[in-house]
Amino acid sequence: MAKLKDLAQMEDRLVAGHGMCLGCGIPLIFKIILRATEDPLIIANATGCLEVCTTIFPRTAWNVSWIHSAFENAASTIAGVEAMYKALKNKGKIPADKKIKFLGVGGDGGTYDIGLQALSGAVERGHEFVYVCYDNNVYANTGGQRSSATPLGASATTAPSGSKSPGKIQGRKDLAQIMVAHKIPYVAQASPHRWQDLYNKAKKAFEAVGPAFLNVLCLCPTEWKYDESKGIKLAQLAADTCVWPLYEVENGRYKINYKPKQKKPVLEWLESQGRFRHLFKEENAWIIEKIQQDVDRDWEWLTRLAEISSRP
Amino acid sequence: MKKVKADPKGVLTGAHYLDGDFAIAEGGLAAGCRFFAGYPITPSTETAERFAERIPYVGGVFIQMEDEIASILALIGASWAGVKSMTVTSGPGFSLMMENIGLACMMEVPLVIANVQRGGPSTGLPTLTGQGDMMQVKWGSHGDYEIIALSPDSPQECFDLTIKAFNLSEMYRVPAFIMTDECVGHMHEKVVIPPAEEIEVVNRKMYEGPKDKYLPYKPDKDHVPFMVKAGDGYRFHTTGLTHDERGYPVINAECQDWCVRHLVDKIRKNAHKIIEYKEDGMDGAEIVVVSYGITSRVAVKAIQDARKAGIKVGSLRLITVWPFPEERIKELAKKIKAFVVPEINLGQIRREVERCAFGQAPAIGVPHCGGWVHNPDDILRAIKEAAK
Repeated sequence: MAKLKDLAQMEDRLVAGHGMCLGCGIPLIFKIILRATEDPLIIANATGCLEVCTTIFPRTAWNVSWIHSAFENAASTIAGVEAMYKALKNKGKIPADKKIKFLGVGGDGGTYDIGLQALSGAVERGHEFVYVCYDNNVYANTGGQRSSATPLGASATTAPSGSKSPGKIQGRKDLAQIMVAHKIPYVAQASPHRWQDLYNKAKKAFEAVGPAFLNVLCLCPTEWKYDESKGIKLAQLAADTCVWPLYEVENGRYKINYKPKQKKPVLEWLESQGRFRHLFKEENAWIIEKIQQDVDRDWEWLTRLAEISSRP
Repeated sequence: MKKVKADPKGVLTGAHYLDGDFAIAEGGLAAGCRFFAGYPITPSTETAERFAERIPYVGGVFIQMEDEIASILALIGASWAGVKSMTVTSGPGFSLMMENIGLACMMEVPLVIANVQRGGPSTGLPTLTGQGDMMQVKWGSHGDYEIIALSPDSPQECFDLTIKAFNLSEMYRVPAFIMTDECVGHMHEKVVIPPAEEIEVVNRKMYEGPKDKYLPYKPDKDHVPFMVKAGDGYRFHTTGLTHDERGYPVINAECQDWCVRHLVDKIRKNAHKIIEYKEDGMDGAEIVVVSYGITSRVAVKAIQDARKAGIKVGSLRLITVWPFPEERIKELAKKIKAFVVPEINLGQIRREVERCAFGQAPAIGVPHCGGWVHNPDDILRAIKEAAK
């Protein structure tokens, strides 16, 4: 098991000097994930906050080989890279035992929505790569439009709350489950507040034989509207309310990595962010109720899957 | 085709201080657009956001789609359901729409797409201006077809020309484009929205004859076939395949000839009715500056300076870029010394001017790769050079 002290002494592959917002969850997530492998690494990065804020000179912050493809195709691009290296190994142009890691990266816009087809195709073909989605529930790079990861009731610029609308009226797409349905070796959901868990999952993902997928909750003070200094507590709250369960699915077997001793009501999660503020109006009470019901249902379902998986 | 007054529900009458993106949304609503499907992309997103906010008060639908491919296809569906529909995008999103722009042309579906251009190719300059998609809008999808493209130079024109685009689109059953750019899209200016009764809107020609006689692709006298609403009881079959008057696929060279010529002819043969441009100082002009969009506003300064220096300069500002005012260029070419064509690309419309001038007068470009507008001095220099 990695010690924090050891991790801290490792060299950063996403270095300081980027242009992320104050309190953004992205650098935190990737600084941990990128420590999970010391092999040479190639990253294909979809358009999004991470790409824009870490690359434009002089804020270029990457110490790895890095490709920005378009918005919809990070997974296709990294699939091409991986296939080419495999061919070079087959031809003996590079040693067959040389370890090279391939990483596709996108936000929820670039992964849940426009990039889903590319991701589905790449994992179905079995390319050996890791895909990390940093899910901040919103198109933050273009200023806060709804995505299919935006939760029910959240206000977004293209699903605004107001007298005629309570914010987004659809729930979230369950991307981790979509990836599980591809029957790939490793799928996990993680959060930066449990760095050890995130690190372990990234390590398993990099070591998986075949495609692996990580969905990581990404804090976004700008669009969620909360005090930047409270980010990590908020991530903890997401896990404690079971809004964002931490679990992994290894070769089809579910394991819940964090079970809150006492599940907190979603109310606490909703109260903590401006994007849900309007839900506390009387006429929107049903939405809060619905969110709680959905979270309970999903948690119950996940618990059962973990139970089934634990049987011999 | 039916000319009517605008539905006051969508018309925000009054004087406003709006940017071009917002003005496009208001133009759409005033024209009767009640369906918007789109996908966020800088620098066009504000139009979608404005629509999302306004549509609940007007009555209609806003959907954020999962990408631009889905956006334009939703428009095709909504338009067949009888509703005026639009979307907005920029470079990469526009590229993603290309296949289905061809589909909309083939199906003869009225719809409006605004492209708030940014620097390209690829992701290029998401937040900075460009005019590099002027040929893509004409040729971007495969095969032969025609479209209509308008180029506003101000937020006011964004409003006015969006209405015009809807009217032309409905009139000719063809996708119509607002080819604006980041500068105009993000520029705030006074926009005057007239009362609804002063706004003329055109609604598509609807077939009202017997249900068993309807032919969805039989051209009328003006070359444009009648439309019906899907679900109104008419036999209805539409496809991207080469089709006959009934809309049924016929896969042979004869039908291809009929089908494709029809798509092209309905615009080319009506081009004289569609084309609009604004001229200034053409009497005795030796040099004519051909410009469009934001560049025409920069060119004004260069033209003024050239006139002060004693050069006889006229201005031809393209309102419709496509169809192109071929005849007018041909005519002018015989009388003048040279054309000067400043544009924020490496000579896309310059080559079109050159083609139409037919060797009678040179077309001198003032190219710019994008990211900013021209320095008027660069245009002035080209005018002086041309006048030598």
